Amino acid sequence: MNSYLLDEIKTKFPQDVLETHSFRGDETAVVRREALAEVAQFLRDGLGFDILMDLTAVDNLPREPRYELVCHFYSTGHNYRLRLKCPVPADNPSVKSLTGIWSGANWLEREVYDMFGLNFEGHPDLRRILMYDGFEGHPLRKDYPLKKRQPRIAHRD
Amino acid sequence: MGLETLFGQSYLTTRLDEAVNWARKYSFFQYPFVTACCGMEFMSVWASTYDIARFGAEYPRFSPRQADVLFVVGTVNEKLAPVLKRVYDQMCEPKWVVSFGVCATCGGFYDNYATVQGIDKIIPVDIYIPGCPPRPEAVLDGLLKLQQKVSKESVLDRKYR
Repeated sequence: MNSYLLDEIKTKFPQDVLETHSFRGDETAVVRREALAEVAQFLRDGLGFDILMDLTAVDNLPREPRYELVCHFYSTGHNYRLRLKCPVPADNPSVKSLTGIWSGANWLEREVYDMFGLNFEGHPDLRRILMYDGFEGHPLRKDYPLKKRQPRIAHRD
Repeated sequence: MGLETLFGQSYLTTRLDEAVNWARKYSFFQYPFVTACCGMEFMSVWASTYDIARFGAEYPRFSPRQADVLFVVGTVNEKLAPVLKRVYDQMCEPKWVVSFGVCATCGGFYDNYATVQGIDKIIPVDIYIPGCPPRPEAVLDGLLKLQQKVSKESVLDRKYR
């Protein structure tokens, strides 16, 4: 099925779109991580996606590239939705921050940093948002030990 | 009741423990430490249908320094554990703790990096009320169990824990 949105993105960034798929109106474009911010800028200014609804990540541990950053966009003007994904390798888990384009990305990126340990270049205040200071590691990584506990105060017995 | 007219101006003798415990167990001032969905169920215990005031425990104090019973209602995570400990430490003796719901009791189904596996890892607990969340009847039963426990204590042997 042809998709206007995906065709637009593919035409604009033929080198950067790795893959697209569309299932029952659920449209996804997988882009190179170097181009993520550029594509996101085009989504906002060229296609009218004014809301960044969610920004999260996936850890596909045995596979390479290990991480996948997932961004969900919504256009209030057109009632369109679109998902952008970009693969992030384990040896340099770093992506350009979207905070300059949508300031709402600030806390979402902090959460992804906290839970998965992905770095966001250009983020104004990249520190943990859910876990406490002194917490070591990133708990939603697949190699975080399942039973590991990091208490802030000593437990009784 | 008419009992006072029967006794008139006379005296009653009793053991000190009996008198003190009778007063204590029917006038619990609670501190509700509500963190999660169990709080909704806790509110219904308070409301007129179940009416916890029948047991003299309806009065919430939102300062731990004025409270007798700490109700820990909901999931407590590692981030919150020092706060719970501090609230408990601020309460004056005598004090009791009720663990409300499975999350407070043992972590419930949250067996993960964030959740304390039962508040008894942080503070001593007197009564555990199971359920996810517990029915109001279960809470009232737990309250009665706490009253029984209090009535067996002595003013002499309770020491700082």
